[in-house]
Amino acid sequence: MDDNMRCRIARRIARELPGNSIVNLGIGIPTLVADFIPKDKGILLHSENGFIGLGAAPEPGKEDPNLVNAGGQAATLLPGGCCFDSSMSFAIVRGKHLDYTILGALEVDEEGNLANYTIPGKFVPGIGGAMDLSVGAKNVVIAMEHMNKHGEPKIVKKCSLPLTAPREVNLIVTELAFIRVTPAGLALEEIAEDTTVEEVIKNTGARLIIAETPGRF
Amino acid sequence: MKPVRTPQQAVENIKDGASIMVGGFISCGRPTAVLEAILEKGIKNLTIISNDTSKEETGIVRLVMEGRVSKFIGSYIGMNRIMSEKMKSGEVEIELVPQGTFVERIRAAGAGLGGVLTPTGLGTAIERGKETLTIDGRRFLLEKPLKADFAIVKANKADKYGNAFASGSSKNFNVAMSMAADYVILEAEEIVEPGELDPEKVTFPCVFIDMLVPVSKGGNRNG
Repeated sequence: MDDNMRCRIARRIARELPGNSIVNLGIGIPTLVADFIPKDKGILLHSENGFIGLGAAPEPGKEDPNLVNAGGQAATLLPGGCCFDSSMSFAIVRGKHLDYTILGALEVDEEGNLANYTIPGKFVPGIGGAMDLSVGAKNVVIAMEHMNKHGEPKIVKKCSLPLTAPREVNLIVTELAFIRVTPAGLALEEIAEDTTVEEVIKNTGARLIIAETPGRF
Repeated sequence: MKPVRTPQQAVENIKDGASIMVGGFISCGRPTAVLEAILEKGIKNLTIISNDTSKEETGIVRLVMEGRVSKFIGSYIGMNRIMSEKMKSGEVEIELVPQGTFVERIRAAGAGLGGVLTPTGLGTAIERGKETLTIDGRRFLLEKPLKADFAIVKANKADKYGNAFASGSSKNFNVAMSMAADYVILEAEEIVEPGELDPEKVTFPCVFIDMLVPVSKGGNRNG
């Protein structure tokens, strides 16, 4: 997927975040969301490794070895930020003090089940903070490509990969669609400006509840 | 006052088969000098408890490459392909724990608690073989305390009693691990006299620390 598509996903998610919220961004497309959050909304980013107030990457030569983001890269702390240890960091996460977590996914299904940490036998990087974040955050938003690299749907009827957390996903945003997970199922609320409802249905492995006139993004 | 020793002296009592907690998140707040002394001394059959193995082929990964580690407990091994190869071959037993559960199990051990009741892991492979409890109508997974024979932790500044300050995101697992091992070795970039460290800026209180090892500043070169 090209950068335009990735930015489209990140831009749409950034619009969804309410002012003054505390948000955790995962690795990959979720990280891009930071570039589209308006500076005047009072939104602060939580970094699982121990601080709130994650800023942009430092200028070369100004890196602080004691301040890195969740991917281990040099980071900066914004005015109003604060630092804590990992126990406090995950108390914030699990204790429902985190408003949004934006995560990538391998599969998401009709019930809001999420699989994003392993493909047994092929890919076992570990769990990291993904299980705590998806269980603990008030809102779980998935930012991902609509299909996998084999062209198969990642939004499926029932996850086949090991779950990260059952029934925790609230929102799925891809380069094609903006889908809300509701008690009745997956509601297709918006489609991308260059696609059609038919194309979204064709590339989705789950039943979609389609708004009469889906919005565009 | 706590003994101030070299990395070589610090490992004198670490024997084959020991369990060792290692603080740090990737290379941040990661103690490396004592791990190098463990490597030099040839100590083996170790259980290493650390959030991740970091990126470079040094520290924990080097111990793994040399065949010194029989078990690794942590939340993430994806930084380095060597760990997943050792996991597949069965050479190193790897126990993966969700990161929040990992730190809270360690904190529980250090705080005298019998375990942690967490919603994290319910309905996933993590739940397998574990007890669940329903408290006020909500289900929780019972996770047991995690302790070790030794902990190696890192701080920017410590006084000779072992009160220590770790800046920014370098506190990470160092704080909980300092509470949860029988013997705790603190690598400090600067060691000062009592009274020279602002008591309001103590990240970990002296009670947890057994030995101080002075190390050079910005000692993250070894990942």
